[in-house]
Amino acid sequence: MKLTGAQILLKCLEEEGVDVMFGFPGGAVIDIYDEIPNSSVEHILVRHEQGAIHAADGYARATGRVGVCLVTSGPGATNTVTGIATAYADSIPVVIFTGQVPRALIGNDAFQEVDIVGITRPCTKHNYLVQDIKDLARTVKQAFYLARSGRPGPVLVDLPKDIQQQVTEFEYPDSVSMRSYKPTRKPHIGQIRKVVKLLKKAKRPLIYSGGGVITSGSHEDLTWLGQTLRIPVTSTLMGLGAFPGDDELFLGMLGMHGTYAANMAVNNCDLLLAVGARFDDRVTGKVDTFAPNATIVHIDVDPTSIQKNVSVHVPLVADCKPALASLKAETEGTLDEFDWAADHKPWVEMVQGWAKEHPLTYKDDSENIKPQFVVEKIYEITKGDAIIATEVGQNQMWAAQFYKYARPNTLLTSGGLGTMGYGFPAALGAQRAFPDKLVLDIAGDGSIQMCIQEMMTAVCNNLPVKIIILNNGYLGMVRQWQELFYDKNYCATCMDAQPDFVKLAEAYGAAGYRVTEKKDVEKTLREAFAVDKPVIVDIRVEKEENVYPMVPAGASLTEMLLV
Amino acid sequence: MSKHTLSVMVENEPGVLSRVAGLFSGRGFNIYSLNVAPTLEKGVSLMTIVAEGDDGIVEQIVKQLRKLIPTIKVKDLTELQSVEREMVLLKVNAEDSKRAEILRIVDIFRCKVVDVSVDELTIEVTGDQGKIGAIINLLNRFGIKEIARTGNVAMRRSMQIEL
Repeated sequence: MKLTGAQILLKCLEEEGVDVMFGFPGGAVIDIYDEIPNSSVEHILVRHEQGAIHAADGYARATGRVGVCLVTSGPGATNTVTGIATAYADSIPVVIFTGQVPRALIGNDAFQEVDIVGITRPCTKHNYLVQDIKDLARTVKQAFYLARSGRPGPVLVDLPKDIQQQVTEFEYPDSVSMRSYKPTRKPHIGQIRKVVKLLKKAKRPLIYSGGGVITSGSHEDLTWLGQTLRIPVTSTLMGLGAFPGDDELFLGMLGMHGTYAANMAVNNCDLLLAVGARFDDRVTGKVDTFAPNATIVHIDVDPTSIQKNVSVHVPLVADCKPALASLKAETEGTLDEFDWAADHKPWVEMVQGWAKEHPLTYKDDSENIKPQFVVEKIYEITKGDAIIATEVGQNQMWAAQFYKYARPNTLLTSGGLGTMGYGFPAALGAQRAFPDKLVLDIAGDGSIQMCIQEMMTAVCNNLPVKIIILNNGYLGMVRQWQELFYDKNYCATCMDAQPDFVKLAEAYGAAGYRVTEKKDVEKTLREAFAVDKPVIVDIRVEKEENVYPMVPAGASLTEMLLV
Repeated sequence: MSKHTLSVMVENEPGVLSRVAGLFSGRGFNIYSLNVAPTLEKGVSLMTIVAEGDDGIVEQIVKQLRKLIPTIKVKDLTELQSVEREMVLLKVNAEDSKRAEILRIVDIFRCKVVDVSVDELTIEVTGDQGKIGAIINLLNRFGIKEIARTGNVAMRRSMQIEL
């Protein structure tokens, strides 16, 4: 069957099982848009290309499937760069299709021409410029395969306009064969046995779980290992939800805004089992004093993550899923002969003692609304059964600390890149994937203004996302640093000049609520969650509340500032 | 800090050189020389990269190179017994009074004179870094007017002998 490039692209998307893509049209993709009505792939029109890429990313995080985004050349393409870098930093599978000027014009500084392949080279897993229509179907197949396999990530495909118009025989390849790309999947059994031996020997083991556990879908085996072998678990921001947040063995996050118990456990453990995590500087604090008493085991699918920031004793390059399954299989046989619970009891008690000594807390106030109180209320009302997106900054940390994530893929947050403006469009992507779920964006008054234009997308596509603004009139996290480390020089962080968020919501056709009294928080949230359209809840919280615990940048994890 | 010679086999596709070069600049790795040319296998190019760094950095460089999608194979030849060669063209001041001595050096080093004029000689030298360093050092006092170097190319020796 002879098809145009535009038709081939849409056929390929159908073959990949894509049900929705987020995009914005333009001259260089008009041929593709011309074919969209004939395709089963739904297109959601955003209001800014950054919204499209974040929505595709949010869709991917919530579903575990590949998110898809379609934009035009030039500014359309460059507007996605922040979102591509966001997905890259957090290893999220998205495929971005960008239009490009016709091949004959490439390099001529044509209208709306940029070298998007050159621009995105360092922030994509891989990218392509399709130069021959015969390569198109294979390229799309490869793009999806690369995006989702190994360590997932964004893949960009640049499509010159004349390629979209050319005609060729369409045939979708059944499989991908790339001699240069064979991601490691299975763990080395010798290394697995070594880990089991170390686990048996350890008296104070700790699991440090990261986003790789969620990406690989290995949360069940991780939970089994923690609960059955009685090993306390701490998690990175990206890993939240892999291990049940309300389990007594769960210590919460570690690192800069980690819990006292988690950071003390890292400092005192004799075996640290890092799974799908990458020893980010926000996690380790001062590297030289990180886990000083521990033998470190590191399981990760990406060899470059291993030995990069921290020198580990037992590297294990493998996808977390087969690695944890294999660890489970190897330890299952020991359950009769070896009393793991008794062996780890003193350690578990010690760790839980730390948690009691300095639990995650805040000084509540009878009058002012504390942001942490709001997040706790959200957890209480939703009973943990919601998808939470966050913006970046204090709102993000409180959402991570005070909401207990029970399941993977329920926290959508820009961990690696820290992209303000991420949360709302990501929540739209998640809401599109799960129309019946309650999807919230826990936001700050600063972040929400970075992609607020997507409110129109939410309203006209019936995506009833609930935005909860923890409104303190500041760029709170930067202000916190200024307070603690820059002599309270609040330069450029006071943002009390702000729109009326209630009227703003209403102007878009959404619902708006404002809460200024503590007693109204719960009632208003309940009311807002019941509304069947997008909502902004503008909650005026304590203005100068800080996120604690806090490990100052570059300090050791034990040097925590507590409440 | 030491120099490592890396042999990197890549798919010969558009942009592959900038992927490799961008990796070095983006991650702050030091590149000393880089040579790239096609191999006998269709669609495959070989890059010989001399990179500088301590062991941890070089390990990262090797892993990051392997992570690039078009990379087929990466070998650190410094860990193996290998043959390394670089070719250099040198344009040297050679007035009549100095010419005989320069030609003697050319002879000793088994180089070739590939171009000659009234007061200049262009010399082609092939060798490892030691030999090239030595001849440059010797010819410097006559005045080297121009230099063009290929960068190292290298190959693992067929027999790896335990010493």
